[in-house]
Amino acid sequence: MIRIALLVAAKDLRIEVRSRVLLWQVVPFGVMALLLCGLALGPEQVGHSSAAPGLFYLVVVLVALLMINRSHAIETSSGTRASVATLGLDPAGVFLGKALALAIELWLSALVLLAGSVVVLHTALHGTLAAAPSILVTLGAIAAAGTLYGALTSGGNAAATLLPVLSLPAFAPLLIAGERSYSAALHGGALLEWWVISVVALAVYLGMGILLYGVLEDS
Amino acid sequence: MTLEGLPVVTLRGAVSMANGFPLLSGVDLELAPSSLTVLVGANGAGKTSLLQLLAGLIGLTSGEGTVLGFDLARDDRRLLRRHVGWLGHEGSFYDDLTVAENLTFAAKALARPLDDLSNVLARVDLEGRRDTIAKALSAGQRRRLGLAWLLVRRPQLWLLDEPYASLDDEGRTFFDALLGEVIERGATVVVSSHDPLRSAQLVPATLTMVGGRVVTS
Repeated sequence: MIRIALLVAAKDLRIEVRSRVLLWQVVPFGVMALLLCGLALGPEQVGHSSAAPGLFYLVVVLVALLMINRSHAIETSSGTRASVATLGLDPAGVFLGKALALAIELWLSALVLLAGSVVVLHTALHGTLAAAPSILVTLGAIAAAGTLYGALTSGGNAAATLLPVLSLPAFAPLLIAGERSYSAALHGGALLEWWVISVVALAVYLGMGILLYGVLEDS
Repeated sequence: MTLEGLPVVTLRGAVSMANGFPLLSGVDLELAPSSLTVLVGANGAGKTSLLQLLAGLIGLTSGEGTVLGFDLARDDRRLLRRHVGWLGHEGSFYDDLTVAENLTFAAKALARPLDDLSNVLARVDLEGRRDTIAKALSAGQRRRLGLAWLLVRRPQLWLLDEPYASLDDEGRTFFDALLGEVIERGATVVVSSHDPLRSAQLVPATLTMVGGRVVTS
């Protein structure tokens, strides 16, 4: 399972590096969205607003949806799908590999977006650094849930439409927990409790993916 | 999981449904080891669906079937798939990986040694394209990469969906020669095509499909 996971993750990341969709499309889109949020708040509000963590996660979820669609699109041309299916790869390994690659892409994008958030939304650097472990886990959980829901919708004619509709209820608790813990890191409050929710969600989605990915792939 | 002397494929009244629609409506078929079979028929006749059933990509709804000793009704289809190779006319690999990266992925996935890759690339005449991204290859080269992917995998049953589409005469001759070799080495090959095979090198059994059934052989 781990061997297949590493093989699939390396393949997905290599494809991403080569196609540069992340670098030239997804991250610039995220930075632009963050910039628009800063402009919408205006110069008086931007330094004092408590909206920064929420705006950061709003941009993250938009970026994540683009990445999840992209992650599954590379598998869905019918010839590729059939010939890769006949490799008989362990579905749990495929799930873990795709989720790991997606998580790494999300973590890299988050680095840029967090830097952008410090510059554009004037979030405190020390608070942002304190929130880093919780952001890491929350994005990991979003990657696991997104990989699962991406498999559910991939191949369909309306995949790009269905994915946000189906996955947002799954993302909602993660986004709330992530936003709360980031807020707590910036303004003080119960950081650990919200972080635990993200850790539990990560474990639940990884478990569900390991068990269900094969069924979703075959359907 | 082949059983010496027994047919590679046996189907009796095989029916396959998808969303209430019959993809195959009672196929009877028996394929001997080291044989070449060409499935001909119009669009929607069930050629690709039959190949998908043999690959374990779709399920058997009713009837009986064994492929390479695996019972299509009872056994885990995922186990069968590892012994079957698929080549589609639109490409059977990752477009953003290079030729070598695609083949390395297939070899590593099946824990096959990587030292065979150079021989395989030489056999399909893609040595000079080792580091070319798959989407930059011509139609003929893409087909050769698909063949290389199968040569790396060495499956017992080769399922080729419209492999001659958009190939020129040179490409067809190359393809036929390679199929002849793998059949001689013991593989069973099933090809779907709109037209009967025009080959000077191969003598296939030709089956005609209409409405999800094999009607003539």
